[in-house]
Amino acid sequence: MSKKDRMSGNEAVAYAIRQVNPDVMPAFPITPSTEIPQLVSTYIANGEMDTEFIPVESEHSSMSAAVGAEAAGARSMTATSSCGLAFMWEELLVAASNRLPIVLTLVNRTLSGPININCDHSDGMGARDTGWIQIYAENNQEAYDNYIQAFPIAEDKRVHLPVMVCQDGFITSHAVQNILLEDDKDVKEFVGEYHPEEFLLNPGKPVAVGPYAVSNYSMEAKYNQEAAMIRSREVIKEVAARFREKFGRGFDFFEEYRCEDADYIMLIMGSAAGTAKQAADDLRDKGMKVGVLKLRVFRPFPAEEIAAALSKCKAVAVMDRCESYNGHGGPLASEVPAALFMNKVYTEVVNYVYGLAGRDFTTETAAGIFEELEDVVENKKQVRQCTYVGLRSKEGQ
Amino acid sequence: MNSKNIEIRWHGRGGQGAKTAALLLADVCFKTGAYVQGFPEYGPERMGAPITAFNRISDREIRVHSNIYTPDLVVVVDETLLHSVDVTSGLKEDGAIIINTDKTPDEIRPLLNGFLGRVYTVDARKISVDALGKYFPNSPMLAAAVAVSNVMEKDDFIREMRTSYEHKFAKKPEVIDGNMKALTDTFEALESQLGM
Repeated sequence: MSKKDRMSGNEAVAYAIRQVNPDVMPAFPITPSTEIPQLVSTYIANGEMDTEFIPVESEHSSMSAAVGAEAAGARSMTATSSCGLAFMWEELLVAASNRLPIVLTLVNRTLSGPININCDHSDGMGARDTGWIQIYAENNQEAYDNYIQAFPIAEDKRVHLPVMVCQDGFITSHAVQNILLEDDKDVKEFVGEYHPEEFLLNPGKPVAVGPYAVSNYSMEAKYNQEAAMIRSREVIKEVAARFREKFGRGFDFFEEYRCEDADYIMLIMGSAAGTAKQAADDLRDKGMKVGVLKLRVFRPFPAEEIAAALSKCKAVAVMDRCESYNGHGGPLASEVPAALFMNKVYTEVVNYVYGLAGRDFTTETAAGIFEELEDVVENKKQVRQCTYVGLRSKEGQ
Repeated sequence: MNSKNIEIRWHGRGGQGAKTAALLLADVCFKTGAYVQGFPEYGPERMGAPITAFNRISDREIRVHSNIYTPDLVVVVDETLLHSVDVTSGLKEDGAIIINTDKTPDEIRPLLNGFLGRVYTVDARKISVDALGKYFPNSPMLAAAVAVSNVMEKDDFIREMRTSYEHKFAKKPEVIDGNMKALTDTFEALESQLGM
């Protein structure tokens, strides 16, 4: 039975880690994810779990150790943020290409510089093409739920890919909120035991992990990796359905909030989606038909489903909590319009970069965006297609 | 003030426990069945620097994750902040502010940028030193926040806080009674201001 509790996002993930009790967890502390290995270490010291915790000397080493442990046949995970993830970058690719179902809990924080500890998605987005499945959470509850679902997705025979479960640094990681926690037994049952088919510590079936691949074979390996990413779509949906059936909550690729008859939809990820939903309710009360599409799964990118969900509205605000420095908007500004165009959905799109390095995103900001979309459609207001919201001044002074 | 959908902003200095007080308030309100949110604003952390923490307490699920700009209640844990931080910024006209000071509300009001709403003062230093022998302002300020905001009944608050302290101070039970006294003394000290 579910238990009502209150805890921060970091506490919620640590609680889930205790319940899953993975075999190995190498980690190196970095704000704002430090509490996760800290709390896990406490659980281990108190005898509440028996994960092999490896205090490594850097994130480069934590992911290397996770790669080694997972290849050996152990269920492995780690936690990090920001520059810690950047420092793992090389090993992220090694983990994914060796098809190692490692789970990484990422507490999103901006990348330097200026040096800053607060939230944006530049760390996760920087790793978007490393071959990891990426799932983003709106709140502590989803951070908890997504972590539990990560293992059955990653370890499924059709997938064999690592999964990054993300939550917003400080905004959810350090905010105490209500949460429903599930019984240890139910969580363990849901996640199941890990029985890898091929692993290094199996003398009966020797395998090589990470050998050199000549050009004659390398491209096929990459093709198969992409094929696994495509297959992960059905597995993510199955696991979400099983989670809903067992625990009564959750979404597949995204949540459609009041989108069915919406003229204007905001596509957004993470904690700001909650704020956007409140703004949508406020505007609905005033008669404006608006909705929020909260993207939960960013990798694999659910292009067809997004295009279908946005096919009937008049305009979409695509919200990026990350700058790509490409002169043409953030990561979602590239991927969402491509998804629309390739599925022959020709709706108006405005891309807003928001919330960088912890810049606050309020209901007023969200409401202003919905109103601007209406202005664009109804009054042909000219706006930059890729713009910023929440700057101190228009010139960014 | 609608006691079932209330936004509180805490102003303190790093190390004084304003963040802890906000988290304790979320904790104790949760026990009455409320939806709660308690979170600090993080910046370059250093002892003595101004910090802000926030609470939302509601009878409905809380989805907003922004800071609080138009609070119903402001709690100032350190009086010296009145000279450097605009503590009444956005504070609702029918809202309230509580300040840790040995001055009276009338003496403090001129420092509040023309705020016309309710002003309460609590001498948390005196209460804390009398009850605990040391200066920990967060217990008195937490009690004051509950007394002024009415987020929960006093008796429920006292009962839940005892449980909470018994858990928190399991290894130094000698401070439990002192902290409980700081809470009840604060309620008593505020009685005349609250017209109880």
